[in-house]
Amino acid sequence: MAPEAYFDHAATTPMRKVAVEAMLHHLTDDYGNPSGGHRQSRLARRAVDDARDLIATLLGADLGEVVFTGSGTEADNLAVSGAWQALSEAPDPPRALVCSAMEHHAVLITCRALAARTGATLREVAIGKDGIVDLDALAEACTPDVGLVSVMTVNNEIGTVQPIGAVADLVRRHSPAAVLHTDAVQAVPWLDVGALTSPADLVSVSAHKFGGPKGVGALVVRRGCRVLPIVHGGGQERERRSGTHNVAGIVSMAAALAATDADRPTDVARVGALRDRLGDGLLASVPGLVETGDRRDRVAGSLHLRVAGVESEALVVLLDQAGVSVSAGAACSSGAVEVSHVLTAMGLGPDQAASGIRFSLGTTTTAAEVDHALAVVPGVVDQLRD
Amino acid sequence: MRVLVAMSGGVDSSVAAALLVERLGREQVVGATLKLWGGSSDSGCCSVADVEDARRVADQLGVDHHVFNFSTEFEQRVIDPYVRGHAEGRTPNPCIECNRHLKFDRLLGRARDLGFDAVATGHHARCAVTPEGRFRLLRGTDPAKDQSYVLAMLGQQELARTVFPVGELTKDLVREEARRLGLRTAAKPDSQDVCFIRSDEGRAGFLGARLPLHPGRLVDHRTGADLGVVDAVELVTVGQRRGMGHGDDGRRRFVTAVDVPTRRVWVGSPEAAHAGEVVLHTVTWVDGDPLAALDDQGAGTGVAAVAQCSAHGRPVAGTVHRVAGGVSVSFSSPQRRIAPGQTVALYDPARPDEVLGSGVAA
Repeated sequence: MAPEAYFDHAATTPMRKVAVEAMLHHLTDDYGNPSGGHRQSRLARRAVDDARDLIATLLGADLGEVVFTGSGTEADNLAVSGAWQALSEAPDPPRALVCSAMEHHAVLITCRALAARTGATLREVAIGKDGIVDLDALAEACTPDVGLVSVMTVNNEIGTVQPIGAVADLVRRHSPAAVLHTDAVQAVPWLDVGALTSPADLVSVSAHKFGGPKGVGALVVRRGCRVLPIVHGGGQERERRSGTHNVAGIVSMAAALAATDADRPTDVARVGALRDRLGDGLLASVPGLVETGDRRDRVAGSLHLRVAGVESEALVVLLDQAGVSVSAGAACSSGAVEVSHVLTAMGLGPDQAASGIRFSLGTTTTAAEVDHALAVVPGVVDQLRD
Repeated sequence: MRVLVAMSGGVDSSVAAALLVERLGREQVVGATLKLWGGSSDSGCCSVADVEDARRVADQLGVDHHVFNFSTEFEQRVIDPYVRGHAEGRTPNPCIECNRHLKFDRLLGRARDLGFDAVATGHHARCAVTPEGRFRLLRGTDPAKDQSYVLAMLGQQELARTVFPVGELTKDLVREEARRLGLRTAAKPDSQDVCFIRSDEGRAGFLGARLPLHPGRLVDHRTGADLGVVDAVELVTVGQRRGMGHGDDGRRRFVTAVDVPTRRVWVGSPEAAHAGEVVLHTVTWVDGDPLAALDDQGAGTGVAAVAQCSAHGRPVAGTVHRVAGGVSVSFSSPQRRIAPGQTVALYDPARPDEVLGSGVAA
């Protein structure tokens, strides 16, 4: 049964038509490998370089600062591990790294693994009850021996926008040697990422979160910031990421980003209004429903609710049967729902954290989908409370 | 009837799901795999490979499949008591506690929440209904694979909402059915051991990482004489013979008691390792307490029952009496001492396939 109402755009989005069209002839006609010396290669290389220039411009980066990767996760890994390795070659290498406690696992687990492997100290900075990184705690964590700080632009579970400008000021002041990374994967559909992340040295994005294909991401590496490769081989991407380019995916990502950027003002207004109607409607019709944090801190597509006395794992199943696709926290590789480390970091107890549910809207969300959810959710919650 | 099938990724629950789909139609059946143990296991982290098998079988049968994360309750209800038990000289049966608290409590509750009428599992046991509408729990048809022992704690409430689709089949027939349907789990080996204990580290490795192990003294059960050292008193189980050496008469010695606080392990002859009775607490009855029906005179006589003291133990005739905090079972002939924490399943002497109830050895 196809979902009648898809509210999991933060997990992945349907591809934009322009993004599909842009990739097709690179799968069949212009199939060359960019790393070659003949005509087909030149065509492919031209396509990749055009995409790189366009993406750099749209992300507020200089040409040549964009490194293509196989995913947002890989971009995060390259940022954290690659930058750390480069810093470790310095005569007086850093000894500590800092990330917020609400980072996506692509950052959080990578930082933990790095600390375990190298003996570096990892400081996971607390976040407030509002789902915003605690700047006082961050200031405390940022000692002069810190080599890397990673704070996401927008949280993937609760959609809160982080004050990257203030974070950057603080890092420059207290940890002048540190490289600043921000995972902007969830920000692209809703915010001007270029302006917002300009003070960061490293910025990760992922194509399938904004109407592009799965399996392609990018890392902005500002000039002057060095990352060593975590994937070795043919030396593509100026020795920073080996592996034959996903030409079709890269071209498609650029097309999706261009369309996203052009439509953003109207999309944000339209989707934000739908989100507000959904949120207000549910809060009015479902007793015991609580919105996590302040909606004004959130991107337009995000709505995070907690349903007192209801396990979200069960709620997701019943909503699925009713044709409403939502998500409860992050899924582990077995498909089980994990207790959200984000809600836990916000100071919520295990029962509260296990009742969290995320509605994430996107550019294709319709009023009819919102109506369907408004019609279905109250009854389903009632059934679980019986 | 809508049924939620607990699918472990093994052949029995795969066939259980398949039989239900044939019987009820695929719209009435949904598969669920429980994520119980979050640590590493023989099938990988979070048992991902088993979840994948379960999901792919569900796909093949055309039924929905969900994964439920009950790892917090598993930690609280199974792992913690298992570790604590060993720290206190008891040997709990984790599979029974998992059935008691996870599969037939937590999962039953979840199934009810989701609007299912019953939960099905791949256990080799049968459930029958009497004309009066009471539920009976019976041994599985295949005596070699019977799992009624690990289900003996079930009562009317649970049995009323439980289905055992493969209980009527022998294991050979289960595999034949799986092959006939082309299920990918048809040739998968049976799981043998406790799911959270890896074969490369064993019980000693698992417990050693979770509680301090202490060396202790071996003490003669009869004379109190010191017989030497034992590596870790927490890893010794009453009834154990491995590593206990031989007595003066050349016969093997058995553990008769473990006292963790004083770090002593008592050992004795095969006779000393036997006992005429066992006291049980946490007593459950499938359909009411048969002792409650007895008058004063009957209470003295007790109730006849057949006791099974391990998953594949030999059934032994006995008599059940009420004692403070539970019941005692006196055996018709002395039995190897039952380690505290182990479950004893009680069967009906008149109908040897029928479970009466269960208790945990004190």
